[in-house]
Amino acid sequence: MLEVRDIHKSYEGQVLLNGISFAVQAGETVCLLGASGSGKSTLLRIIAGLEEAESGQVLWDGADISFVPTHARNFGLVFQDYALFPHYTVAENIAFGLRMQKLPRAEIRSRVEELLATVNLVGFGPRRVSELSGGEQQRVALARALAPQPRLLMFDEPLGALDRTLKDNLLEELRRILHTRHIPAIYVTHDQEEAFAIADRVLLLHAGQIEQEGTPAEVYARPVSVWAARFLGAGNILDAKVVRKKAKGWEMQTVLGNVEVTCGHTHREGDRVNLMVSRRGVRLEPSGNLRGVVTDVLFQQNGYKVNLEDGSFFYLEKAPQIGQEIYLHLPPSGVQCLA
Amino acid sequence: MSKVEAQKTDVISDAGLSGRSIRLRARRSRHFRGLLWLPALSFLALFFFYPLARILGLSLEIPALSDAQALRVMARALTFTLYQATLSTLLTLALGLPAAFLFARFTFKGKAFLRTLTAIPFMLPTVVVASGFNAWLGPRGWLNMLLMAIFRLSAPPITLVGTLGAILAAHVFYNTTIVIRVVGNALSLLNPRLEQAARTLGANRQQVFWQLTLPLLRPYLLAAGLLVFLFDFTSFGVILILGGPQFATLEVEIYLQAMHYFNLPLAAWLSLVQLLCTLIFSALYSHLIRRTLVAAAPRPVETTSPRSWRARLFTILMACLLFAFYLLPLASLPLRSLTRLEAERGQRGEVQYGLTTRYYTELFFNRRGSVFYIPPVQALGNSLGYAALTVILSLALGIPAALALTRPGRLEYLLDPLLMLPLGASAVTLGLGFILAFNAPPFSSEFSLLTSPLLVPLAHTIIALPFVVRSLQPALASIPVSLRQAAATLGASPVRVWREVDWPIIRRATLSAGVFAFTVSMGEFGAASLVARPEYPTLPLAIYRFLSQPGGLNYGQAMAMSTILMLVTGLGILLIEKLRLPGTTEF
Repeated sequence: MLEVRDIHKSYEGQVLLNGISFAVQAGETVCLLGASGSGKSTLLRIIAGLEEAESGQVLWDGADISFVPTHARNFGLVFQDYALFPHYTVAENIAFGLRMQKLPRAEIRSRVEELLATVNLVGFGPRRVSELSGGEQQRVALARALAPQPRLLMFDEPLGALDRTLKDNLLEELRRILHTRHIPAIYVTHDQEEAFAIADRVLLLHAGQIEQEGTPAEVYARPVSVWAARFLGAGNILDAKVVRKKAKGWEMQTVLGNVEVTCGHTHREGDRVNLMVSRRGVRLEPSGNLRGVVTDVLFQQNGYKVNLEDGSFFYLEKAPQIGQEIYLHLPPSGVQCLA
Repeated sequence: MSKVEAQKTDVISDAGLSGRSIRLRARRSRHFRGLLWLPALSFLALFFFYPLARILGLSLEIPALSDAQALRVMARALTFTLYQATLSTLLTLALGLPAAFLFARFTFKGKAFLRTLTAIPFMLPTVVVASGFNAWLGPRGWLNMLLMAIFRLSAPPITLVGTLGAILAAHVFYNTTIVIRVVGNALSLLNPRLEQAARTLGANRQQVFWQLTLPLLRPYLLAAGLLVFLFDFTSFGVILILGGPQFATLEVEIYLQAMHYFNLPLAAWLSLVQLLCTLIFSALYSHLIRRTLVAAAPRPVETTSPRSWRARLFTILMACLLFAFYLLPLASLPLRSLTRLEAERGQRGEVQYGLTTRYYTELFFNRRGSVFYIPPVQALGNSLGYAALTVILSLALGIPAALALTRPGRLEYLLDPLLMLPLGASAVTLGLGFILAFNAPPFSSEFSLLTSPLLVPLAHTIIALPFVVRSLQPALASIPVSLRQAAATLGASPVRVWREVDWPIIRRATLSAGVFAFTVSMGEFGAASLVARPEYPTLPLAIYRFLSQPGGLNYGQAMAMSTILMLVTGLGILLIEKLRLPGTTEF
């Protein structure tokens, strides 16, 4: 299916994409997750043919399509601001790609009706797009992109402008549509919840490169770098010093106390490393290996968020007192060495 | 009582005043506000609506439609007006559309300068533009003089002045900037994502243009075209000076009938036709503007330097064309006013060619010693005086009117379109109205306004007032009510609030409006050509007179006066640009 090979692109003298390679398989939804300005939208536009890479290739089924113009690629793109045509009605917007394919009018009409049903907008056909709410515009944009039956569907932060509840509803709908139609898709966002909700596979984009790739669960559970862990908010990042080698791993010293870490790295005593300490699965226990002073306690849905003096925080079932010194039990699986 | 006043009243009652005095004060302030628009409205009634009513009255009195000769004149004038306006508009679009594209899409060296250059003529008086074209392409202009010298010709080889071509060229020169502004802005605000979306949906370059760009730009194209057409339709000075009386548009015909044949009823009928057409086109225009779709991107499209060889060639050719078209007439004028290129009338022997300041020094003398002849410097003096009066009058009327309009009640909503109406009437029609209105009782006998030189600044005030109000109003509206309330809570009386808050904020806008009124009055030609007394001519009238007289000295003096007028207006434009508040739109 789609393959992207060693894409380079700079913008105003700054390197934006520095050798990006990845592939999208049939029916797979790949999510490009990265901070704003990480070049993920640019990458999407290069795949769509709206921008040119300085080097590298875009391939489809093994054939280089880098020089195929956008309109001949048959890749759908849903824009962040939807880019609905203001001079057309909802139905005319959806019909645009079908008209470009010069389909007979009757077929266009039935396809438009079918698509309106797919995105739950039956009866909206004759409306002006300016009369629609944000969520409705979003659905029209999706229907318009789906209409010409693209080989690949791309989403550029499509839900960025919507509120949380609407986002969740639309995400579920989108998942359903993508799965039933079995269309390969690339979804760009900076919102990890969105990414985890929709993606079969997540690519973390950082400093012009793919920092990590894997299923949402893998990526969240095992970030490969300090940046990835911080960006995902996967746990507390602690500065640590290697104390000594142990039977199964290493004993390391942190500001919260000494912990035992199992990892594949080779360290020397006195080395400085970064540890990621899980925020969940931790419980209050007088014999616990972590110790800290509570600075704040916030009630949350399933328990309490407890902030400690050093800036780290944990989710606990019971609320300690502010100012109290607490001891926490951290299971061995709750700590990872990020090197 | 408005919310503001209610709150003000609260403040006062907090300060411990009795309820009765508050009510009184509130009522008085309401009356005071009600009176704010009264001066402007009475002025309009007397000097705009009354003259218009006189035109209407005269045309009703004498049914010109029964007179075959008059009908023929009217039909011919109307046909020719429509013909030249259509042609001018098409030519303006032909130059303006590629120019708009150039400015909206590409960056190149000298772009800002070129943009300013194309915008200057729009503000220049018609006589200056006419003189500029004359100095460049006229029988005594640079090109003809040069060709005659090179090829030893006895007569100028290029005849442009006095033909339809000159009229069209000047109209294009004037109005291209409208197309550049309106269509160029639309182009640069067109969301580029729309085009990209169309391309991802399978549209190729042509399809994108026909299905997307053109339909989205259509209202702007129509609006620009209609606005240009409106200006070309009501053009007067350009046609009279560059074309001559044989090119009788409605405007010129009104002038001729009124001033040369003294056929006032026919002039009134022509004015009526003119007014009706202008109304129809203006209504169409505002209808279009209201329907205009906003497909605007959150920020303007970034322009880039042209990349492909095609884009580069287009940029170079277009920029050079615009540069030559705009710079040559504008530069020819001052240069010609300082250069002697031919023998003077009656001069024998060796002719001195080269630089001279004689055309300027001559402005101070009355060579002919005739009592009816006015030395040009006196015309300059007249114009300056008229302009000063126009500034005083239009500000004195405009500031209170603008104040009334910033917090509109029911009455003020009606007032606004009334104040803007003079924009729709042509200057010549206004002049004709003045002649009809103030040559009849009660103005004709003991208090004869028609023979008074005051008529010119009065007419100019009518013309300048809408602009003055329009430029003051946004400045006044930009002052948040809370500022005034804050000043009031801190103990400032309404007068103090005005002095401490309003005035410092609108000072710039007031100055700008004043300068605008000044420049309008300095360059105005149409109304002045009808109402100015022969012994008190304005500068544009003197230029027209000198331009139509034979002899190199007269021509040179016309050039010198035009140059002075161009400098004065240019300074005015510069000042207005400098004074413009960031974020406010242009007229």
